[in-house]
Amino acid sequence: MGQLPNLNEFMRISRRILAGLATASLAVSVTSCGGGSDTSGSFDDTVTVGILHSLSGTMAISESTLVDTEKMAIAEINAAGGVTVGGKSYKIDYIVEDGASDWPTFAEKSKKLIDQDGVPVVFGGWTSASRKAMLPVYESKDAFLYYPIQYEAQECSNNIFYTGASPNQQSEPATDFMYKRSPAAGKPFFLVGSDYVFPRTSNTITKEQLKSLGGKVVGEDYLPLGNTEVAPIISKIKKALAPSGGGVIINTLNGDQNVAFFKQIQDAGITPSNGYYVMNYSIAEEEISTIGPEFLEGHYGAWNYMMSIDTPESKKFAADFKALYGSDRVVADPQESAYNMVYLWKQAVEDAGTFENSAVREALVGQTFDAPQGPVEVMPNHHLAQTVRIGLIKPEGGFEILEETDGVVFPQAWNQFEPSSKGYACDWTDPSKGERYKL
Amino acid sequence: MEFKNLTLSKKTTFVIWVLIIAFIIAAPSILPVFRLNLLGRYLSLAIVALGVDLIWGFTGLLSLGQGIFFALGGYCAAMYLQITSSSEFPNNIPEFFGLYGVDNLPFFWEPFRSPIFSLFAIWVIPALVAGILGFLVFRNRIKGVYFSILTQAALLVFFNFFNGQQKLINGTNGLKTDVTQLFGQMVGSESIQRMFFWITALLVIAAWFFSKWVVKGRFGNILIGIRDDEPRVRFTGYNPVLFKTIIFSIAGGLAGISGALYTVQSGIVSPQFMTVPFSIEMVIWVAVGGRGTLLGAILGAVLINYAKSLVSEALPASWMFIQGGLFILVVTALPEGVLGWLQGEGPRNLLQKLGLKRKIETYPSLEIKNETEGLKNE
Amino acid sequence: MLLDSLFNGVAIGSVLLVAALGLAIVFGLMGVINLAHGELMMLGAYTTYVTQLIFKLPLLKPYYNAYVIVSIFFAFIVSGVVGILLEKTVIRKLYGSPLETLLATWGVSLILQQFVRSVPLAYGTGLVLSLIIGLFLPSVFSSKVKESINFKYVKFSSWIFAALAGVLSGNLISSSVSKLSRASARNVDVTAPAWMRGQVEILGTAFPKTRLMIIIITLISVIAITLFLNQSAWGMRIRAVTQNREMSDCLGISTEKVDVLTFGIGSGLAGVAGVAVSLLGSVGPNVGGNYIVGCFMVVVLGGVGNLLGTIFASFGIGIMTDLIGAGRLLSIWPDMPLPLSNTINFFATTSMARVMIFALIVIFLQFKPTGLFPQKGRMVES
Repeated sequence: MGQLPNLNEFMRISRRILAGLATASLAVSVTSCGGGSDTSGSFDDTVTVGILHSLSGTMAISESTLVDTEKMAIAEINAAGGVTVGGKSYKIDYIVEDGASDWPTFAEKSKKLIDQDGVPVVFGGWTSASRKAMLPVYESKDAFLYYPIQYEAQECSNNIFYTGASPNQQSEPATDFMYKRSPAAGKPFFLVGSDYVFPRTSNTITKEQLKSLGGKVVGEDYLPLGNTEVAPIISKIKKALAPSGGGVIINTLNGDQNVAFFKQIQDAGITPSNGYYVMNYSIAEEEISTIGPEFLEGHYGAWNYMMSIDTPESKKFAADFKALYGSDRVVADPQESAYNMVYLWKQAVEDAGTFENSAVREALVGQTFDAPQGPVEVMPNHHLAQTVRIGLIKPEGGFEILEETDGVVFPQAWNQFEPSSKGYACDWTDPSKGERYKL
Repeated sequence: MEFKNLTLSKKTTFVIWVLIIAFIIAAPSILPVFRLNLLGRYLSLAIVALGVDLIWGFTGLLSLGQGIFFALGGYCAAMYLQITSSSEFPNNIPEFFGLYGVDNLPFFWEPFRSPIFSLFAIWVIPALVAGILGFLVFRNRIKGVYFSILTQAALLVFFNFFNGQQKLINGTNGLKTDVTQLFGQMVGSESIQRMFFWITALLVIAAWFFSKWVVKGRFGNILIGIRDDEPRVRFTGYNPVLFKTIIFSIAGGLAGISGALYTVQSGIVSPQFMTVPFSIEMVIWVAVGGRGTLLGAILGAVLINYAKSLVSEALPASWMFIQGGLFILVVTALPEGVLGWLQGEGPRNLLQKLGLKRKIETYPSLEIKNETEGLKNE
Repeated sequence: MLLDSLFNGVAIGSVLLVAALGLAIVFGLMGVINLAHGELMMLGAYTTYVTQLIFKLPLLKPYYNAYVIVSIFFAFIVSGVVGILLEKTVIRKLYGSPLETLLATWGVSLILQQFVRSVPLAYGTGLVLSLIIGLFLPSVFSSKVKESINFKYVKFSSWIFAALAGVLSGNLISSSVSKLSRASARNVDVTAPAWMRGQVEILGTAFPKTRLMIIIITLISVIAITLFLNQSAWGMRIRAVTQNREMSDCLGISTEKVDVLTFGIGSGLAGVAGVAVSLLGSVGPNVGGNYIVGCFMVVVLGGVGNLLGTIFASFGIGIMTDLIGAGRLLSIWPDMPLPLSNTINFFATTSMARVMIFALIVIFLQFKPTGLFPQKGRMVES
């Protein structure tokens, strides 16, 4: 998945020390220094939640931005009086654990947060592999995970809330757009991805969808994680797409592999001006500025949130984030989704009047929130109904929003193109339906 | 022969063992569930460390690819658990196959329906793979650093293979075991996990006795001979290839058992077990604990991992520095490891430096000089 | 088509070659595998990045197009100096025990990786600068000064000077280039100057310019190192020590100096390789680790002590990667029998190509256990 901004450890530590000094010198009325928030409001109690992302290793780059956003949301909630449950106001405190970019570590730290720290909820994860590793832990302990990343679906757990896009909220509209309305409409497709679960499953769905649309997939290849030698893939793409004078490339490569990929396809003449268009599922605003818009100009992206959305909520979200972490920082879809999930949890807990799991689970379904992307709603399948946008990457960076769905799109946990899941759905509000029932 | 001081006196070994066993017995009642689970996992890592000690500490083969055999053992265990708990899924095959549109179980999964086969597979398959790989390499007298980097390349290749084969073994996702059933209970449940803790503790002790038995007597002497001067062993009429293959395969089998225990206690096996750093870490556990001491391997594995989980909870970024420093420190300043240092001249030297104890004149070691010369010739 | 394939193979191979060259030289001389080689490459890549940003400053802006060339020299010096430091502090203590060296260098690689994550690049640059000054300043004095008993004070004061210069330059860079003033675990990106982007057409086939540039860098490195080893006095000493350390020692060659020099050159070449890979992908703490195992394969296949082996092995692996990974055999022979074409398709992905190549190398070693061009000589071990 993508590569997003990061407040480096060095700065974080020094800021923590500074904050500590400041607290110590100004210690007049401040009673708690946990949680990093410095609200002076009075609370009846505190509730500690878990945050579990990679702070070290290859994924730290991306995942630390989610930690920043989640902290920001928590600080906002605390500043507004915290969470009110059963007439008592609770200050939200948090424990941040490091998943270390290692999937088994995510499972281990989940166990720690649940058993040792007894947190009512964990906000965490990025890669699908980390989610798959954590899922059995939450199911066997009946605990709760909120997962903020757009993903491949084909999963519907009673113990996870998914606030990122499911395929029918990202890859399906994107494929549809590329096949029908892009400059390369009707041309064959080539699928490129990093070698892990999201690209592979996502591409399986894309292939089925294209089959039903009448499109053609002329090749696919996967780059092992960490490998940046893209020369063989480029020659495959050329061989496959050149006969039809270009085509569509669906790209699900991982963060730094994108840099190698886009640098080298441009050198190899695989550019929009030659009829090759790349649709990206994991390139957001931050990646565009890292890779360089000159390499990405004219290609596409599909997200629920784009920084260029021109609404007060969106602007406030971006401005608040910049104010807190620096003016050079940007916000992107995964962060927006991480931000939403903290608020949705808060609302659900307040509605349920307890932190107890099964009550919160019931209260969460049906929650609505005016998110930076527009209104979102939690559906009975524990996914979020949200708006889908297709954007064209501008020469100066960022997206120009080309298409936007009319209102929210209902999320499908089970894909309707893939034969094995076709005709199935998920509904946790009805005990007779559950994880997977026939429509 | 720089390890000659490493054989612990029986007394110290006994004391350390009493402490270890007392701790293991007391652990379930004093440690919280989460820490107990961690201890169980780290104890299972001690078994792979024993294997590393056998091949590196005793035979001088530095393998950077033990993760292969570790993961193979884990996969065997996970495949059994997955397949026996798959009756409610479509086609009676594990759930993940549905994601990739696979309707028929790949052939190599079939035997794992049998618990007896699986119990054997956990250590026989890794041992076989290690044996074949080892034979092909040792046969050509590939040794030393060459052997090390070849094992590392092999590790990467296995990683790529498992990572890429979504339709056969679920690729990067790995196989999860927590929500599978064993004896009618969920594997992730507390009672089953506690059972695994006891099994692990018993197996660590058994593996230690086994390793001790392996390195005793003539077989062990030949291993040490190979480590210190392989040509001389060959000229004496022994075939080092055979001995190296056997010990490498034993280490592979131990790694497999270790991987299986680790998997059922962490709830997942994935190609991540075959990443390069993890396999090198196994070596450093042994190096820190004390090469050629066996007990040092166990202590090293458990203590370093415990330290890692504590440090990374507090300061995630600093673990890399600490670990890197530990590598350099142990190799340059403490080549015999902590246990070797304790047992050898270490404490006395330290006391001497502090001026607390009188100097004792000893003969300089003749052997150390010999070894450096021998290696320079390579 | 065939030309295209050959070019691709050579392009992949030349990256491998430039990366493995330093490793192979050091391995040949000292029998030491430097697991931090990848991280020395990473330092080279970061040097390119820093050089690029410095060349964007108003003062140097007119010469921006030349920054890649300049960074090749910088990268060589930076990685070389770090390598020399590594040799003097760690490796030297471990001669005679190559396995321990392997582990120690792994420790170094972890520290270097975390270093670039947690230290701002500006101060990292300052630190490297003070290392360079501290190590080389004492050697500019005349031999009279060097032999004097007070030379240690000269050394000491030059280190003080070096430290000051490092701090100053670190602050200067940090204040003038804001991108370098904060540490970051994020990958950074080197953009090739305009003249190096795009394609050139040769014999009707279009070739990416960056790939050609890397081939040229590799070619120059190989030629330079061959000339150095074969034509210079120090090169001769290095070859002598490679062939027989004890005898060279007896004949008055300072093996210590030869070791430092070789390690420095090997590390410097890693830096040059870092420049090359920075042109291909992004630059991050893990960039070196991605290439290191490929280098091992080259060293294993190529054998020790002969550059020709390294060259052949690199290009061999490069061409095989392209041939297998891009499934070219199928397009050359489209109607091959089904089982065969299925097998080829199975391996025709980047991941599986690696698996296949490793298997081929292991098979090859069954026939030629000491690599393509084994060292000649009578040894008990071979």
